[in-house]
Amino acid sequence: MTNPTPQARRPADVYFFATCVVDQFFPDAGMDAITLLERQGIRVHFPEDQTCCGQPAYSSGFEEEARRVAAQQLTLFPNDWPVVVPSGSCAGMMKHHYPTLFAADPARKALAEKLSARVYELTQFLVEVLDFKPQDCGSPCTVVLHTSCSARREMGVHLTGHKLLGELAQVTVARQEHEAECCGFGGTFSIKQPEISGAMVEDKVKALKATGAERVVSADCGCLMNILGHAAWRDKQEGRAPSLPGEHIASFLLRRSGGEQ
Amino acid sequence: MSEHTLHFKPAEGFRARSKAVVDSPFLRQSFRGAMDFLMSKRAAQFPDPEELESLRSLGEAIRQYNLAKLPDLLLQLESRLTVNGIKVHWAETPDEANAIILGIVEGHGATRMVKGKSMVSEEIELNHAAEAAGIEALESDMGEYIVQLANEKPSHIIMPAIHKTKEEIARLFHEKVPGVDYTDNVDALIQIGRNVLRRKFLEAEIGLSGVNFAVAETGTLCLVENEGNGRMCTTAPAIHIAITGIEKIVEKLEHVPPLLSLLTRSATGQNISTYFNMISSPRKPGEKDGPEEVHLVLLDNGRSQAYADEQLRKTLQCIRCGACMNHCPVYTRIGGHAYGTTYPGPIGKIISPHMLGLDATAGLTTASSLCGACGEVCPVKIPIPELLIRLRNEAFSAPQAKPAMRGQGAGHSPLISAIWRGWALVYRSPALYRAASWLGSRFGWLLPAHQGAWTSVREPLRPAPQRLRDRLKERNKA
Amino acid sequence: MSARDRILGKLRQNAPSTVRSLPDVAAWYASHRPSETADARVARFRHYIELAHAEVYSVSRGDWTATLHQVLKARGIDRLLVAEGTPHGELALDELPPRGVECSLYDMAIEAWKSELFNATPASLTAARGAIAETGTLILWPDEKEPRLMSLVPPVHIVLLDATKIHNTFHEAMTSEGWADGLPTNALLISGPSKTADIQQTLAYGAHGPKELIVLLLEGEA
Repeated sequence: MTNPTPQARRPADVYFFATCVVDQFFPDAGMDAITLLERQGIRVHFPEDQTCCGQPAYSSGFEEEARRVAAQQLTLFPNDWPVVVPSGSCAGMMKHHYPTLFAADPARKALAEKLSARVYELTQFLVEVLDFKPQDCGSPCTVVLHTSCSARREMGVHLTGHKLLGELAQVTVARQEHEAECCGFGGTFSIKQPEISGAMVEDKVKALKATGAERVVSADCGCLMNILGHAAWRDKQEGRAPSLPGEHIASFLLRRSGGEQ
Repeated sequence: MSEHTLHFKPAEGFRARSKAVVDSPFLRQSFRGAMDFLMSKRAAQFPDPEELESLRSLGEAIRQYNLAKLPDLLLQLESRLTVNGIKVHWAETPDEANAIILGIVEGHGATRMVKGKSMVSEEIELNHAAEAAGIEALESDMGEYIVQLANEKPSHIIMPAIHKTKEEIARLFHEKVPGVDYTDNVDALIQIGRNVLRRKFLEAEIGLSGVNFAVAETGTLCLVENEGNGRMCTTAPAIHIAITGIEKIVEKLEHVPPLLSLLTRSATGQNISTYFNMISSPRKPGEKDGPEEVHLVLLDNGRSQAYADEQLRKTLQCIRCGACMNHCPVYTRIGGHAYGTTYPGPIGKIISPHMLGLDATAGLTTASSLCGACGEVCPVKIPIPELLIRLRNEAFSAPQAKPAMRGQGAGHSPLISAIWRGWALVYRSPALYRAASWLGSRFGWLLPAHQGAWTSVREPLRPAPQRLRDRLKERNKA
Repeated sequence: MSARDRILGKLRQNAPSTVRSLPDVAAWYASHRPSETADARVARFRHYIELAHAEVYSVSRGDWTATLHQVLKARGIDRLLVAEGTPHGELALDELPPRGVECSLYDMAIEAWKSELFNATPASLTAARGAIAETGTLILWPDEKEPRLMSLVPPVHIVLLDATKIHNTFHEAMTSEGWADGLPTNALLISGPSKTADIQQTLAYGAHGPKELIVLLLEGEA
């Protein structure tokens, strides 16, 4: 539910919780997000012992396994700094589900609640805390934004991605049909119900491509894995060159606003 | 234990049924169009987000207040209805409910029943039971009538025939209704239905209806409808039998207006339905019409199981508007029949396990991406995604000594559980995670090109050759 | 043990221990549905019921039967079911037959003339007890004189509504009139002619009830 973290003062330090998907599959997104933050004069701390927020097990109904993994993450953030997560779904897990996950464990519950109050999804942090207004240095282009369901409905941050892209003078943001609809990823859903998930991602890719945008950006790598994976598969099936490139919004913002320098 | 048998286990064949719909561009387009229509109608009813949120909160509070007092309210309702002259019956199972209803019908030597739209009567499969007893049970809601003519079940709780095109209905009427020429003019089709059913309203001895809200303080049964068939069924025949789940109760009459507003605006995007019919007694002396007898059958069928658990109890807040299915990307792809349950869509996935047991429905709990659209639109704020996660937990965990639900553990697989335990073992240990993810980054290219269901419509997943943590280390060294 | 006892037993055993406070429905309406002037109520009522495909005629207390007659004449209806013993029914009985409209009466139990009501009664006239501006809704409490089927079976239903009896909301209607203290056999809200969208979401009127709903809105001095 919409319950944005209250405005924090502009901090000097933040923790960066990369998520297991970014660490292993989308390291560029992680690097670019960190660089973006650092260019705002913020020291970014990457706790070496981070693994996964526990959501895959949690949403599959394996709560105990999720709890064990989540308990490990609770120990990572001793200082009172914001925790920035480049994923609405992992941020949603930490912000909204950790406190209930540890409801029966008072010590961990207290930790989870303290953590919950300072978890930010990346675009939310850029907009709400840093008031980041990227200066566009690129040539004109059109992109389309896919916002994950967790960012939209759990974190209530579906506007921040649009706000950031809207600051880029040369970038046109196309709007796709059924923008608020799920891309069909849903973690293990994509494997347990491949027909339905496949139909959903097929429709999502069609809607994104129908906008004529040159690329899709998203603040969630789970969705990107699904959307780009399907687009590339379809291109291969139909024997054409890649037709829907995409990347994490952090990478796009960084490049548009002057690269790594 | 109930003798009641479903025709098939809903979860069995679910994937095959959903694939059949997904593979049909025509059906895909048809469901998409219908759901888009219903979504835009609802959105137009709630232009003010503050009003919507505060009304949803009020609706939730009303439902939770009344559920908290449920046993007391049932007694109050029973006593008020009895004073008003309405006979109250209790049924634990569908079989008991059918026996009660058919008992009333046969007790009057009646053979003809007209039915208003009632999902609870679908839940108990009353039409089958009536047919077996030689009683004609005719659906009179246009959508239900169409579905019954086609020998099907409703595919949506509000729009039963939403899966059918007007051409299909035109053929159906032409084939099944004597003397009807083919026409796909919707007004003409409705007129045909009207004429057939008017005759039935005139003749039937028994009218059956559902109940949208039962008001305890006044002993009143409330029905929401647009067509007037509900009023016909509850007014024209000599006997009216209403059937409802035990949860549809409110204590105060003033609880009705907010719930009614939420219901019609969420369901069909109407600020109110054409008719809101409040019945508090049978025909009184001097009155010239209305049934001589009114009966209410209160059905449990698993609701008391949901009630027993604080979290699962929220399932019973439902006022059956169907907005969750209209907004569900899964329902939009597969329609209602694929689920195989009386109640399809998100609400079906969380209520059916209580009615049918998790053994019959465990697989359905996985048919959600947990996108949250259902919970976002639910007019009484049922946290449907949270309940789905809970049901997955109940379905896939090892069988427990004191299960919270019938069929708990039915989806349990020692192998899958072991995989998750192994996963947790790795991800709770930073050292093991580092080792495993390092191996992934080095040897990810060895992963097969075929990765099960994932690669049925996607390119295979490959870990990046360098993890983020390696890139960071490198950078920070430089 | 009976099914009743078993069900209640299961519920009681697991009923929540904390009682929730009674939701403040009145407060929600007070803050979200501010009271309107009589004119605004009339306008809002009219707007919504017309949106729902009802026809509304403003009439005065002196000459509403003339409008009634025109409405019938325009449809070629020469037979109207009216309620004997009601002021409006008696007035119709006095004034319509001389103008060529036969008035029939609901003067016996339905069993005695069901077929005639269903097959040979093209229109009916009833009064409304009141109305609701918020949704464009008529409130009817059928009684011995104006039985339930009068507003349902005839294809054209004409309703006489006193404009001073329009409430802001359903909630206001039921609370200000004390409905909770006693409801009739059947209380009805009617918000347009019978309709359905069950065939391919296409709206069609006259599904099972009246195909036309006509409101004669009595305005002006009593």
